[in-house]
Amino acid sequence: MISNYYFINVIRFSLLVLVQVLVFNRLNFFGFINPMVYILFIYWYPIKQNRAAFIALSFVLGLCIDFFSDTMAINAAATVTIAYLRPAIMRFVFGVNYEFQSFKLGNATRVQQFTFLALLIIVHHLVFFTLEIFSFANLLLVLKKVFSISLATLVLCLLFGSLFSVRKE
Amino acid sequence: MQQIINFILRYKNFILYLFLMILSLGFTIQSHSYHQSSFFNSSSWIAGNIYQTSFGITSYFNLDVENEKLVEENKRLRKLLFNKEEPYDSELDSLQLTYTISSGKVIKNNYANPRNYITINKGEKDSIKPDMGVITSKGILGIIENTSNNFATVQSILNEKSNINAKLKNTNHFGSLVWNANTYNVVQLIDIPRLVPLVIGDTIVTGGMSSIFPENIPIGTIQKFDLNDSKSFWNIEVALFNDMTNIKNVYIVNNINRAEITALQKETEKQ
Repeated sequence: MISNYYFINVIRFSLLVLVQVLVFNRLNFFGFINPMVYILFIYWYPIKQNRAAFIALSFVLGLCIDFFSDTMAINAAATVTIAYLRPAIMRFVFGVNYEFQSFKLGNATRVQQFTFLALLIIVHHLVFFTLEIFSFANLLLVLKKVFSISLATLVLCLLFGSLFSVRKE
Repeated sequence: MQQIINFILRYKNFILYLFLMILSLGFTIQSHSYHQSSFFNSSSWIAGNIYQTSFGITSYFNLDVENEKLVEENKRLRKLLFNKEEPYDSELDSLQLTYTISSGKVIKNNYANPRNYITINKGEKDSIKPDMGVITSKGILGIIENTSNNFATVQSILNEKSNINAKLKNTNHFGSLVWNANTYNVVQLIDIPRLVPLVIGDTIVTGGMSSIFPENIPIGTIQKFDLNDSKSFWNIEVALFNDMTNIKNVYIVNNINRAEITALQKETEKQ
């Protein structure tokens, strides 16, 4: 069972990196919309695991994406931020429920899952585009990018989420 | 001591987060002011090979269009060659050449970020070095920034850090070509003095000040122009000839005299 967990996560990790790099980084919808579906890794990662390992793993995930897309360490910074903030976001969305042993993402309501995913994406994109554009003079550009790309990422993540849903165990 | 250890244990996640965040911020901010890191870039062995494989699969889909482009270019070059007055074999003496050209293929292209890099499938093995110019059949593309054995990354002209010498065609009024990260088919030409007469549709080409590109390589046409804040220079919007979203075959230009030119300029600046 334990090894199964690791196996699934390794597969998920490498598939998400490849899909992100080879498909979604080339989408360029309307010339600038490249959804970042690899955030699903943070969304799907088991809740009751070692938190430090999770943060480190997220950093590596972001760095892998950076490595391919020549963006320095911007993806890594954004990903490590949502990985660190994930427990706080979960407490906000699911209430105290999520502290119980029996809590599973699949058991939460649709609205809760949606809010959780949307918050992860918005925080990630805010950090990402602030760092990428890196000037307050272009605040409007940052907001435009955050808004439109968050929307695209959210739609695609929801589609992927329903295609490969986490099994209700 | 006990308390310090307790403190560290209690906040170990936060400390880890802080450490990783500072690490990535360090990398990022460093790259804003200096060159792209020579370590984290897609010319590396793993990234290059994955892109190469994916390129090998997808490149078949637009072979027709690419062939068309190459035939078109051949036609143009033939026309130039046949209409040249002096016999052309004397020109091909390799000792007199200033520029050598090699070819390459784009295996990764970006144009949606503020700092775009392109990866090509030629590297140190093909004697590609940083600071060589990259052009296509239609116009300029960028400058080589990092190389590995088999691959190289190109700083695209669609990069905020890009700054290329350019001029109005058939004049010697020159300025700098930069990009404001807004649209992928328009770049900006700045520092052209106000007294220069401009017409919409004028052609912009590379200038002779650069030791990277040969003179008179096409860039684009003037789309719009107005005065800058100080009212003494033009801000010109240049529509690119190149379709930056659809690039495959590129040429790498090497100026043989570049080392000599830069050495001389450095020496002059020292004095």
